[in-house]
Amino acid sequence: MSSPIKFLAQKHRKQTAIIAVIGSIYLLSSWILNFDSFSGFTAVPRAFNWLGVNFFPTSASVELLPQIWKKLIETVALAVSSTVVAAIIALFVAILGSKATGINGYVHVVVRGIASFFRNIPLVAWAMILLFSFKQSDFTGFLALLLMTVGYLIRAFMEIIEDEASETMMALKATGASYFQVIFQAVLPQIMPSLISWVLYMIENNVRDATLVGILTGTGIGFVFDLYFKSFRFDAVGMTILAIIIVVITLEVLSNQIRKVIL
Amino acid sequence: MITRGDIQNISGYKKPQPPEKKIKLRKFNWSRIMIYLVMIILVAITGYTLTHLDTANVKIGEAMHGLIMTLNQIFLQPRAGSDGIMPLLSALGISLLLAIMTTIIGAIIGFLFAVIASRNLTNAYFGAIIRVIMAVIRAIPTIVWVLIFSIVCGLGTNAAILGLSFHSIAYLTKAYSESIEEIDQTTIEALKVTGSKFWVIVFQAIWPTIIASLVSWTFIRLEINFANAIAVGAAAGAGGIGYQLFVASGMSFDFHEVGFIVYLIIGVTILLEFIAVKLRQMYTTK
Repeated sequence: MSSPIKFLAQKHRKQTAIIAVIGSIYLLSSWILNFDSFSGFTAVPRAFNWLGVNFFPTSASVELLPQIWKKLIETVALAVSSTVVAAIIALFVAILGSKATGINGYVHVVVRGIASFFRNIPLVAWAMILLFSFKQSDFTGFLALLLMTVGYLIRAFMEIIEDEASETMMALKATGASYFQVIFQAVLPQIMPSLISWVLYMIENNVRDATLVGILTGTGIGFVFDLYFKSFRFDAVGMTILAIIIVVITLEVLSNQIRKVIL
Repeated sequence: MITRGDIQNISGYKKPQPPEKKIKLRKFNWSRIMIYLVMIILVAITGYTLTHLDTANVKIGEAMHGLIMTLNQIFLQPRAGSDGIMPLLSALGISLLLAIMTTIIGAIIGFLFAVIASRNLTNAYFGAIIRVIMAVIRAIPTIVWVLIFSIVCGLGTNAAILGLSFHSIAYLTKAYSESIEEIDQTTIEALKVTGSKFWVIVFQAIWPTIIASLVSWTFIRLEINFANAIAVGAAAGAGGIGYQLFVASGMSFDFHEVGFIVYLIIGVTILLEFIAVKLRQMYTTK
């Protein structure tokens, strides 16, 4: 046991070292990336000033609202459908692959590997690869979001099954229930609330990512945004951003309320 | 002769009657109803969307064939291509630095905001205002932030750093303040009684208590920021490996190079995940 003074001195040295390391990483990065912190951060107020003046919706942009709204709803629907399809696929795969309900250890490792692979390929790569084969259509965006989401949900569902359903499963197995009875009577009802919660989270995430995919593949709200942005119609851009903010926050509030009821 | 009826008369035995009502196997609760409701709505939206999806008249069979050819080129025959390995590696480094730097900015400013925004530390109204502002910042996708800043600073790393930092600050403020709000109120009160000042409480009581979740959230954000740095490079021309990916897949159609880039990115993300898991173990076992 070291004395308290020694302990505090050691703690102090350790903290100083950590701060020094983080500080030097920051300085090194800003030197390599050619980022001037001072002028960078003073650009923020200027940016907002500029935003306030130029992005302010005008009467011309209000007329565009129905069009923006239609594209935005389409984008949300796309995000929802890709998440739901991904969830269905991921649930099957997770049941086959999890340690608790799965076939065996090898399948578990393979499924984890596949999930990690799909998750780690950047969304940009999926979007561009699919764009090359499936052309500029909503279907491309759907597939890109689907493939990405499947990777995330497989891992999440597997962890949920292992964490939450193991005990109930054991109890039901002890009564002599068959594999499918165990799955449908114990595992699924047990994990349903967490599962829905994850699906809602992925929907929120995908609505945001759909904008990026839209910019790359020329679909949905991303396309609308890019179009106005590149033609310097900033009042319309402002309107689009406002619409995105409203929809995303509404979704967030809605899913938080749903979570409060189901969890 | 004793009949069955006699036994019943003597012993007062009655045939068991089935219970009036069926035994309820499931209790009525709102949670179950809500789950069904959400599922029905989600599936309905999905069904409608998928049947009305615009596929641009692409023949699925042909497209799938093309996709498999492309995937074959990407994953089985990766090559550095015309750019060479060194420029790609340096671009990868730039993306990684971008992610690290914006995470540092996000963590520092995010922590300050989180302390102010937490319900158990400060004025409720002030905290509420910050939470609303952060929710609005988070609602705008990172790529949109970068494009907004690119108007003022010009396209390039500066806009990327500011845009990524903005989203990180808002994200980490929420994550950190949720961890702070989980702290037992008595810890804070005990220090308040001793007359400790606000920042003393923050750094002596709050910081050590939540350091594990702070580290874990920060690393989650680092992973997100790396993915975002790639996305931003591709969609906003902010440089880094994302831009190389965009050029290779959208302009020069060199899918061998796309494969090489994708493998580089996967390597880095797996490395980041590994470090995050190790750090989390280090802090939770302590």
